[in-house]
Formats: sequence, structure tokens, C-alpha cells
Amino acid sequence: MQASLRDARFRALVFQLVALAAVIAAGVYLVSNTATNLEARNIASGFGFLQREAGFAIGETTLIQYSPADTYLRALAVGLANTFRVALLGIVLATIVGTLVGLARLSTNWLVSRLATLYVEVLRNVPLLVQLFFWYAIISENLPSPRAALNPLPGVFLSNRGIALPTLVYEIAHAWVLGAFLVGVLLAWRVSVWARRRQARTGAQFHAFWTGLGLVLGLPLLAFLLAGAPAQLELPALAGFNFSGGATLTPEFAALLAGLTIYTAAFIAEIVRAGVLAVQRGQFEAADALGLRRGLAMRLVVLPQALRVIVPPLTSQYLNLTKNSSLAVAIGYPDIVSIANTAINQTGQAIEGIAIIMAVYLTISLSISAFMNWYNKRIALVER
Amino acid sequence: MSALSAPVSWARENLFSNWKNTLATLAIAYLLWKLALPFLDWALVHAVWWSPDAKACRAAKGTGACWALVADKHRFMLFGTYPYDAQWRPALASLIFVALYVVSAIRACWRRWLALVWLGGLVAIGVLMWGGVFGLRYVENERWGGLALTLLLATFGIAFAFPLSILLALARRSTMPVIRWLAIGYIELIRGVPLISLLFMASVMLPLFLPEGVTIDKLLRAQIAMILFAAAYLAEVVRGGLQAIPRGQYEAAQALGLPFWKMMGLIILPQALRISIPPLVNTFIGFFKDTSLVLIIGLFDLLTTVKVSLTEPKWSGFGIEAYLFASAVYFIFCFAMSRYSQALEKSLGAAQSRTTAGKGAA
Repeated sequence: MQASLRDARFRALVFQLVALAAVIAAGVYLVSNTATNLEARNIASGFGFLQREAGFAIGETTLIQYSPADTYLRALAVGLANTFRVALLGIVLATIVGTLVGLARLSTNWLVSRLATLYVEVLRNVPLLVQLFFWYAIISENLPSPRAALNPLPGVFLSNRGIALPTLVYEIAHAWVLGAFLVGVLLAWRVSVWARRRQARTGAQFHAFWTGLGLVLGLPLLAFLLAGAPAQLELPALAGFNFSGGATLTPEFAALLAGLTIYTAAFIAEIVRAGVLAVQRGQFEAADALGLRRGLAMRLVVLPQALRVIVPPLTSQYLNLTKNSSLAVAIGYPDIVSIANTAINQTGQAIEGIAIIMAVYLTISLSISAFMNWYNKRIALVER
Repeated sequence: MSALSAPVSWARENLFSNWKNTLATLAIAYLLWKLALPFLDWALVHAVWWSPDAKACRAAKGTGACWALVADKHRFMLFGTYPYDAQWRPALASLIFVALYVVSAIRACWRRWLALVWLGGLVAIGVLMWGGVFGLRYVENERWGGLALTLLLATFGIAFAFPLSILLALARRSTMPVIRWLAIGYIELIRGVPLISLLFMASVMLPLFLPEGVTIDKLLRAQIAMILFAAAYLAEVVRGGLQAIPRGQYEAAQALGLPFWKMMGLIILPQALRISIPPLVNTFIGFFKDTSLVLIIGLFDLLTTVKVSLTEPKWSGFGIEAYLFASAVYFIFCFAMSRYSQALEKSLGAAQSRTTAGKGAA
């Protein structure tokens, strides 16, 4: 066959080769420019700087001990842990708030649905960064000093130094309680599997949900009581200019968490509402006609269909929340971006620093979308 | 029946239909009484509207809002450090921006000449902002700022990202594997990382990419990053529109012997873009909000000028008022767009169901 530009397949091949060559040429050009520029500025490329001493302090750490004498690598690990802490807490809280607001928008009570609509419309249409500054201003400018701290609940103090909370004094019994909880979860899961199989075989129903709940809550409670109910709280107390004892959420963390939660909840509310509305009326009626009780109808008929609509956009909201946590840099919460930014400013290793940030978020994004694809496959409608 | 019965029966149905509803209504009414009333009191009744030296604001701190901050700094918040006597230019440019939005929102204007209107509008804005011709003084872009800069970043960003996104969407649906994989790689890479990392890249990494002697100023670098960012998100929306076009349309165009670009330009894209306008507007809202992130790399957009206003000693400590003002400005733009998108979705949906299945709009 004669190769000619009139042949569509040959044309496609040429076009692709040209595109590939153009992309590679652009890449080579940029890399060579970068190499020249780096040489001119005496910046050594590579990740060797990670082993050097960081020399800057980090305001708050999660799980990982850190001091300025530690390496950049450790500082970045602290940043990553801080990102995960705020993102995970934010996801949990935003899901709770968002679900409540979404259901409230569907309420038959006019006042409730209007308030929920107001919440969604206002919060969705104001940039998150403005909201973060707003919450940060409320905490750092408008709350009283620790000496005059607000005390809304016993042991909880709100001041311009953050939120001081009581903590539980750790005892070995608490590990037993946690262990009992895990055993309870395992048993509840086994019971529900057994109950489902038995129902499929014999048709006899078993209250697996309540049994499971009893196991999950009852076992830890039993362990707790057997150990003599050791629950000594460490209360924050004013010492000098700030609180000591208990746990303190810094103003930066509190503002970031509040901002992320409240902003993302507005989007989650819309997703939840759309998911519930997507289940047709006939499905409720059919469940009724089958004689299913309300709870069972919800669990067996409505929720599985609503979740199919809810989960994909919900995961992308979780992803957005995680990416948005990078705005921490604007209010000074030491997440991965702000620590990488500090490292870039100190060492001049811009390319490596930004590559680290991008690699971290890409890894998170790709793992979440891999999960989403798996989940979508699992729950996808099996059609004829 | 008395005249009162309509509201009463409405209230009975919507507020007090059963004991749970009644309880919720009473609880919310109590909360509104305790929270919303004091807020209105603070924001309106006891607020200080005019106080150039901020003394009245200090006196009212805690009891009344200090809108005098906005009154005093509004020129700076709207136009940044643009030369004071020439600030009519960014003001006029902002009006042209709004006019462009309004024209684009009218369905009768969805014609080919709209692209020309946009081109003309953007050129006029560029002339107004830069100057240097027609007797206008040249103003370097380091001095642009405020709301005018926010509108500029958002509008130029979309204007350039939109054509790019169409190419990306077509590439992602291409039958040529190399083209498809390049597009997928680009789109997923950009969508997988936060905008901040791209802005950092533009501000610290882009200068390293350029050959020696070539420099691009900071505003343009940020604008490029925002265009690249927006294009990836818009491309996914356009792709959704392309996917909704039935195969028959492609096949009919091919049967007529139309080559690829004519098929796309005359048959597929006009339909695909029309149905993807509501999600495109939603993406634009997100993009408009995201322009506030340029604060982090030190450009003087609306949020930055608001924040910088607070660094003046006499206005320090009035962050809540300042950020409420910034929220209100962003809200006006975004809310208008979201309402428009909803209305459009409804009318497009109605048109769709009339022409295809003949079922009424739900």
C-alpha cells in the first residue's frame, strides 16, 4: 500500500508522531533552559537537600516529633501529617454537617428548608479563602485573651490563642476498651453475614442491626466498666498568658477546619439533596406496598439507590477538600504546602519543592479515583 | 372565611404541621431571636458608616460594625494602586467586563459575532488598562489591582481557556491513542493538584524554564497558570457535552462527506456547547472564586487589597467587616451567575423535552 497523506490511517500516524515529537521537543527545550538557569544561579538540583538540617520551627505537629535540628524530610513529613489531620477531620465533619443541611433543605418545615437554602447559597458563592480569613479574624481578633476566655462548656475555653479542650488521661484500660470495640465491630460484621445467609436460606429474619449495635457499643462499655471506669479528665488551666494541660487547637487549625468544613458542607448538602430526590416516588410506594417498614424501606430500597447517585460526586468533594486544605499556607497552618514553601524559600530548590507538593496531591487524587472506580463498578446497575 | 385564614393555614401547613415541626419552628425562631437580631443590630443599627480617622469605629467596637473602613478604602479595594486620577479607566474596564457577561448571557446573542464582540471588548479593556495610546498615560501592570484585577484574571482566564478546553476535549475523545493519552495525562495532572501548586510553579518555576534574557511579568505568569488550570476543568465539561450528542449526528455528518473540523464546527460543537452551558457557568463560578488565590503569590486582587487595607494601623482589628465586604462582592457575582445557570438549565431542559420526547418538563 502506498503511504500517502490521503490515507486517513497514515495521516493519523503522521499527526500523532508530529504531536509526540512536539511535546518531547518542548520538554527537552524547557529542561535544557532550566539546566542553564540553575547553573547560572548556582543551584544544585536533586533531592539531596532533604537530608540537610531544616532549621525552622513548626508551630504544631501531628504524631511526629520535630525540632528545628531535624531534616527537611522530617519537616515535610510533619507537614504531610498535618495535611492529613485537617483533611480527615474536615471530611468527617463536612459529611455530617452537609448531610444534615441537605436533608434540612428537603424538610417540610418552611423555616428549616429556607435556612438550609440560605446556608447553601451564601457559603457556596463566597471564595473559601475569604471564609478562611473571616474565621481566622473572628478567632484571632475578636475572641478575648486567655485570661478572659469564653467558657461555653465546662473545660472548654475559647480565646484568641485557640480552643482549649479537656483530654482523657491515658490508662492501659483504654487500650482494652479500644480492643473490645474492634472485637465488637468484627463480631457485628460476622453476625450480619450470618443473618443475611440464613435469611437467604430459610427466610427467617434476624435483628442483625440491633445485635450488631449492641456488640459494637456494649463490648467496649463492658470492658470500660470491668476496668473500673477510669475516666480522669485533664482540664486546661490558665498558666501565665496561655492555657496548659488538655489539648489546644491553634487558631490556624481551628479556622482552617471550620472553613473547610463549612464550605464543603454546602456542596455536600446539594449532593445529598440531589441523591434523595433522584429516588423516584414510585420506589417509596413500592416499598410500602411490599409491607416494608419505614426503616427497612430506607435501608433496602431508598439508600442503595440514593448512594449510587451520591457517592461519585461526594468522593470528588472529599478530594476538593483535601486539595483546598493547601490554602492553609495563607493563614499559616503548617501543612505540606506551607512547609514545602518554606523549604523552597530557604534552599531555592523550587523545582524539587513543587514536585513534592504535586506528587503528594497526585498520589492522593489517583488513589481516591481508583477507589471511586472500584466502588462505581461494585454498585453499578446490572442491566440486561 | 376571614382574610387572615390564608396565612394562618399556610403557617399551619408549613410550620406547625405536627409536634416535631412545631418544635423545630420554635427552636429556630428562638435562635433567630438570639443570633440574627443582635447581628442586624451590629451590622445596621449601631454600625459606623463614616469616620475617616476610625475613632468612632474604635468607640463602637463590639457593639457596631465599622463600615467606615469600606467607605474610606473603597477606591483602593476596587482599583488597587492604579493612579488615582486615572481610576476611571479600570472602572470603565470593569463595566465593559460586566457588559460582556450580560451580552453573553442573552440567548439571542449566541451567534458567531459574539466572538468578535468579545475580541473587541477585551482589546478595549487592554487599551484602557495599559494606556500608552490615544493620549492615555501608560500604566504598568504592577499597579493594577482590586476588583478590576479580579475581573481581569477571571475573564481573560476563561476567554483563553475556553478554546483550549475545546481542543483538549476533542483530543481526549480522539481515536488517535497518542493524542488521547497526551490529553488525558494533561487533564488528570492538572485536576489532581491544587491550584496553589500551579501558582507557585508560575511564580517561582516558570522563570527557570525560560531562556536567558526572556522574562514574563508576574501577572502574566499567574494568568497563564490560571488559563492552564481552567482549561483542564472546562475540558471535562465540554467532554460531557460531546458525550451527550447521539452517534447518529456524527454518522450523518460523515455521510454528508464533511471533513473532521467542519463536522465538529458545524454539527457537533454547536449542539454540545449549548447543552454544556449550565455546567460551564458553574465551572466559571468556581474559577471566579479561585482567582482569590493569587493573593498567595502576592498579586493585588480584590481579596489582597481588602486584606492590605487592614494593615493600616487605624483600620487594624476590623477584619470581620473587611471580609464581609469582600464576601458580599464575590457573592453578588457568583450568585448572579448561579441563578442564571439554574434558569438556563430549566429553559434548555424544557426545550429539550419539547423537541425530543414530547413529555412536559417535570
